[in-house]
Amino acid sequence: MTHDEILQGLYDNTLVGNAPEVKDLVNQGLADGLGPESLLYDALIPSLEEVGARFERGDYFVPEMLIAARAMQGALDILRPLLAETGAKPIGTYVMGTVKGDVHDIGKNLVNIMLEGAGFTVYDLGVNVAPEKFVEQIKEHEPDVVGFSAFLTTTMPMFKANINALEKAGIRDQVIVMVGGAPVTQEYADAVGADGYAADASTAVRLAKDLIARRRAAVVA
Amino acid sequence: MDTVLESRTKTVVIGTEHPFCIIGERINPTGRKVLAEELKAGNYDTVVADALAQIEAGADMLDINAGIPLVDEAELLAQLIRLVQDTVDAPICIDSSVIEALEAGLDAYDGKALVNSVTGEDDRLEAILPLVAKHGAAVIALANDETGIPETPEQRLEITRKIVSAVEDHGIKREDLLIDPLAMTVGAATDAVEVTLRTIRLIKEELDLNMALGASNVSFGLPERHALNAAFLAMGSAAGLTSAIMNALAPECVRSVRASDLLLGKDAWGTRWISAFRERQAAAAAAS
Repeated sequence: MTHDEILQGLYDNTLVGNAPEVKDLVNQGLADGLGPESLLYDALIPSLEEVGARFERGDYFVPEMLIAARAMQGALDILRPLLAETGAKPIGTYVMGTVKGDVHDIGKNLVNIMLEGAGFTVYDLGVNVAPEKFVEQIKEHEPDVVGFSAFLTTTMPMFKANINALEKAGIRDQVIVMVGGAPVTQEYADAVGADGYAADASTAVRLAKDLIARRRAAVVA
Repeated sequence: MDTVLESRTKTVVIGTEHPFCIIGERINPTGRKVLAEELKAGNYDTVVADALAQIEAGADMLDINAGIPLVDEAELLAQLIRLVQDTVDAPICIDSSVIEALEAGLDAYDGKALVNSVTGEDDRLEAILPLVAKHGAAVIALANDETGIPETPEQRLEITRKIVSAVEDHGIKREDLLIDPLAMTVGAATDAVEVTLRTIRLIKEELDLNMALGASNVSFGLPERHALNAAFLAMGSAAGLTSAIMNALAPECVRSVRASDLLLGKDAWGTRWISAFRERQAAAAAAS
């Protein structure tokens, strides 16, 4: 197999969520002298971006996205330690969780997958995450962005409670706050003082990159 | 065991000896941005139309949810309940997780309502069951607790036992408790439906309780959801499910439920099935 064939095979198999084949191709690529960054940026990330685009258009369904992500995860498990050795910096770090009182996780997981696929380091705190837990984890990981997910109109007020907790802890200005979930609107995100809202996983990734770039530019200026 | 719900003029009975109770889920602004905007503006035309259409399509009861961000849910829920009660005669399922909204809804409702819902969480049980007892209502309880949604049927049964004991402590009769055995999304977990069906059988065999399942979640993120929901409802019905909060406007789902009634011996001699067929035949003839 040529390098191009390996990269193309990785792209195609990630797209259809063939995890065993993706793992084999990653190992084969590394053995043939392809760098971990090439495997990631020339095959895996473009493939997951295509998965996200298809999902956004309604051409892909939830299970297809989940198995593609699982295949990607298998590849990342092999590549992560190698990428760390090369000293490659992640695009950004993200702390994510579903708010207290809410146990919905599919939407949050899809966003995590797309973020990781795009090169973010994601710390997933799971579901039913209390404000104190968010504060503690933000202090520990010092992420660029924190994401709050809520699926119920009754748990959405936790966005405000979380933001209040960040303010009280004196860390509100250190982190970008993004919110999302089925009942959430831009209007609601603005009302609770979040920095960003996205309606789906692909948009969330674009917005996160955008907000981080703006913040870094503002710091430099 | 029979669970009896009442409006001003109509009685609905839920139980294994009775036809499956279809609770229409449509009056709910979650994920319906146009409806949410209308309700915010005080326009209730869609609610009236949805109430009539669901009853016409075969719903036995109607669920009403008024959860809109930044809106006084208690006031809106009470208003919608009065409006729907003036529009149709089906008993109502009062749907909120906000205690004040449930209270306002129960105050506004004329009859014996179904409250949707409580969970096995201690603080929820302590807050909601006194309201249910005070109003002589029935209640749906989700088989989950503080620790989240249990993965195994046995864990869901354990939480159900705890709920039963709390319900009885508050002087509510067992027949006024409907358990939601929980349907997770099959698109995210291949064994999700198997777990739900085993939970239904277990709750039926061990505790003989009636159940009301939020059914539509099962097909989230998949194409041709009605076909999946219809198959799921038939399977649930065969396992011992007695009612579901479901899409009454999907003919596939309603027919699957009514077909299951006939096949499971809850529609003696198929009289209900046959008369529904004649009504459609007559409607088609009148339209042509």
